[in-house]
Amino acid sequence: MQSETNLRHLRIVPDDTKFDFMRFRRVSFPISAMLSIVAILLYFHPGLNLGIDFRGGTLIEVQQKSGPADLAKMRSTLNQLNLGDVQLQQFGGPENVLIRISEQPGGETAQQEAVAKVKGALGDSVEYRRVEVVGPRVSGELLSYGTIGIMLAIGGILLYLWFRFEWQFALGAMIANVHDLVLTIGFMSLTQIDFDLTSIAALLTILGYSLNDTVVIYDRIREMLRRYKKLSMPDLLNISINATLSRSIITHVTVTLSLLALLLFGGQAIHSFTATMMFGVVLVGTYTSVFIASPILIYLGVGTARRESEEAEQAEKPKQVKQPKEAQVRKPAREPRPVARH
Amino acid sequence: MLFFSRWKAISVLVTAILACLFAVPNFFPDRMVQRWPGWAQRHIVLGLDLQGGSHLLLEVDSNAVRKEKVQALLDDVRRVLREARIGYTGLVARGDSVEVRIREGADPQVALAKLRELSQPLGGVLGGGGQRTVNIADLAGGLIRLTLTQAAITERIRQSVDQSIQIVERRVNELGTVEPTIQREGIDRILVQVPGLQDPTRLKEILGKTAKLTFRLVDMSMSPEQALQGQPPPDSEILKDRNGVPYVIQKRVMVSGEELTDAQPGFDQRTSEPIVSFRFNSAGARRFAQVTQENVGRPFAIVLDNEVISAPVIREPILGGSGQISGSFTVEGANDLAILLRAGALPAPLTIIEERTVGPGLGQDSIQKGKIAAAVGSVLVVVFMLATYGLFGFFANVAVAVNVAMIFGLLSLLNATLTLPGIAGIVLTVGIAVDSNVLIYERIREEVRSGRSPISAIDAGFTRALATILDSNITTFIAAAVLFFIGTGAVRGFAVTLGIGILTTVFTAFTLTRLIVASWVRWRRPQLVPI
Repeated sequence: MQSETNLRHLRIVPDDTKFDFMRFRRVSFPISAMLSIVAILLYFHPGLNLGIDFRGGTLIEVQQKSGPADLAKMRSTLNQLNLGDVQLQQFGGPENVLIRISEQPGGETAQQEAVAKVKGALGDSVEYRRVEVVGPRVSGELLSYGTIGIMLAIGGILLYLWFRFEWQFALGAMIANVHDLVLTIGFMSLTQIDFDLTSIAALLTILGYSLNDTVVIYDRIREMLRRYKKLSMPDLLNISINATLSRSIITHVTVTLSLLALLLFGGQAIHSFTATMMFGVVLVGTYTSVFIASPILIYLGVGTARRESEEAEQAEKPKQVKQPKEAQVRKPAREPRPVARH
Repeated sequence: MLFFSRWKAISVLVTAILACLFAVPNFFPDRMVQRWPGWAQRHIVLGLDLQGGSHLLLEVDSNAVRKEKVQALLDDVRRVLREARIGYTGLVARGDSVEVRIREGADPQVALAKLRELSQPLGGVLGGGGQRTVNIADLAGGLIRLTLTQAAITERIRQSVDQSIQIVERRVNELGTVEPTIQREGIDRILVQVPGLQDPTRLKEILGKTAKLTFRLVDMSMSPEQALQGQPPPDSEILKDRNGVPYVIQKRVMVSGEELTDAQPGFDQRTSEPIVSFRFNSAGARRFAQVTQENVGRPFAIVLDNEVISAPVIREPILGGSGQISGSFTVEGANDLAILLRAGALPAPLTIIEERTVGPGLGQDSIQKGKIAAAVGSVLVVVFMLATYGLFGFFANVAVAVNVAMIFGLLSLLNATLTLPGIAGIVLTVGIAVDSNVLIYERIREEVRSGRSPISAIDAGFTRALATILDSNITTFIAAAVLFFIGTGAVRGFAVTLGIGILTTVFTAFTLTRLIVASWVRWRRPQLVPI
């Protein structure tokens, strides 16, 4: 019976997969570099669509009490108020409208006056589902807190990885994940998704999860480095990635399923959040761990001592100079705990 | 790895069950829960984005506080010099300083000595680290400059915020709202959160008023028209009423709102107009009696925040210490004024610098959508895990279910706030919690392939995977922690569920999943690993 169930189980990745990922590093690195440049260009033009959290201003979500909302009529009503840039947008259903008013000149109280004017103009024909007003001072602070937050998170994770692995691993993970963030920001610039506080949350989560993925592969690479002293670095990386491939894919399927549920049923309010996560975690994060984070270790010098020690072994006499470097790379920092016998 | 002592197994189960039990109060109506013992009442608080309500961030106008402090210093300098009979010419405020020029013939040293008495050690005798409130500089030619120290101003702002919080609290409570939260944010800000408040217009009006009430005499020496064309007399100023009618009002305050002990809305017995009746304390009553006695026949202005409410003519002395204000109020206007007068005046104006209001309709929708998304996401993940790992997938699903129950339990224990991004955090945790099981199972598959016996493969799978699980979760936890410290409101809610989700995920992976699999191994003694 057990063998029967065994057969029925879904195997997304065949057991003996030996895909040569390392061969792609000559393609993946230029592609990533190019995409990063495109993302940076997109960041400057058209740039992020900053929401009121960071730009200041007013956001009002209204629901027409009877029937669908007449956007054109509403627009002309609001344009008569002289509030500067007023944007209207259908939001969710046909009766829901999102009104965005740019920050009013004249400091904090002017924003409140704008809300009062809009409420006066629209009257009781609509239900005010949400009113958000962010004054100039708060928006400036939120932006700097957000930026500081991302920097802090990157710094904290870098320190942790440095402590747990070698510095090359920490640096490799960092390069890979800054790459993730850059691409995600490019994606947000391209799609003009609202960039607000929840986007900062999304970026930090992407950072956390794509690192999570990278760490799983790095853990395996470290284990392989200890176990197989003679294997060449590209082979070792290939074996490590292939060994964790099934896990990577299954996990990403489950995360994708959860995110898909949020995207389809979670409503407009968290739409930009989940869309960003979907892009960052699922599309970029996986690709990065396999094609960037792992091969970059070669360039950062992990395993150089290994190739040389192989040569040295053939020469039967290891050079003295290489000794410390090798020791550093293969420092048995934390042996896996001994298997408890029962 | 697969061996559990009886006690260890029991303690794991007890911990998991206890954590889940804390979630129970959330599933019963509030009225029932209130009759339970206190420790069992802890429950998750729905964030304002889910239950609807208003979030207002107010800033105390620190410039006004600063100006007022400088003005007080100026008054003190005048008083000290007058009492010491020292002649002076210019007395002006400049920024944070007051400058005064001692008249020739007077001894500047005596003046300096007298003025030094104005500078007090900050924070009493003990604290303050030798800081003083005022720096006094002797400039040449009898010119003396007194500068408020930064520490003194900061201290004053801090006091103003403390006072403001108390007054805001009184005002908000007077509105009869349910469980408002009022707390200090940073140095000079106050966060007011009122769950369930649909339209904060009235709240904003009430909080936006300083409510400085003064009773002052109307200056009869000049008509308002003359004053508008030329200059009002030096001791008077032009103030207008709500309709823009100007009055010439003396600057000197006869009686102020600080002397009030009570204020109530009511109706005038003759005209049945809404009014506010008030009562003074004994000092205020004495003062009020004296002023009205001396000024029968003159108009007496009631001024609120530099706006004239009314200026009735004093017909007869008012000796009882109580009176009434009528100023063509609406019923609500009279009510609000009474609230403001009872709660007292703010030491400085408050500005609303951030507002987030969610109506109950949107909140309900969000809860509904969050529930559907959570249900759909869970079902998808459960089915996928069953398809991939069969029996072990079932174990994983049990672990994830317990995991989610524990998240709710811990959130309740912490009285944490659940926001819409917080729900997203839980749904994501479901996806991620599964990852720990996937890591373990994939490792077991590998160990089986490398030729280990089933039991030894399962054992090795757990050992090796757990180290990885720890490493990978700590990195996500760092991100969640940062998010918690920089985030506010809804985003912080996400950080909380994400962080707690990581803790419970690591707990279930290390104990519960292992316990389930170990029990199964002991029971079935498998010859093959069914994954």
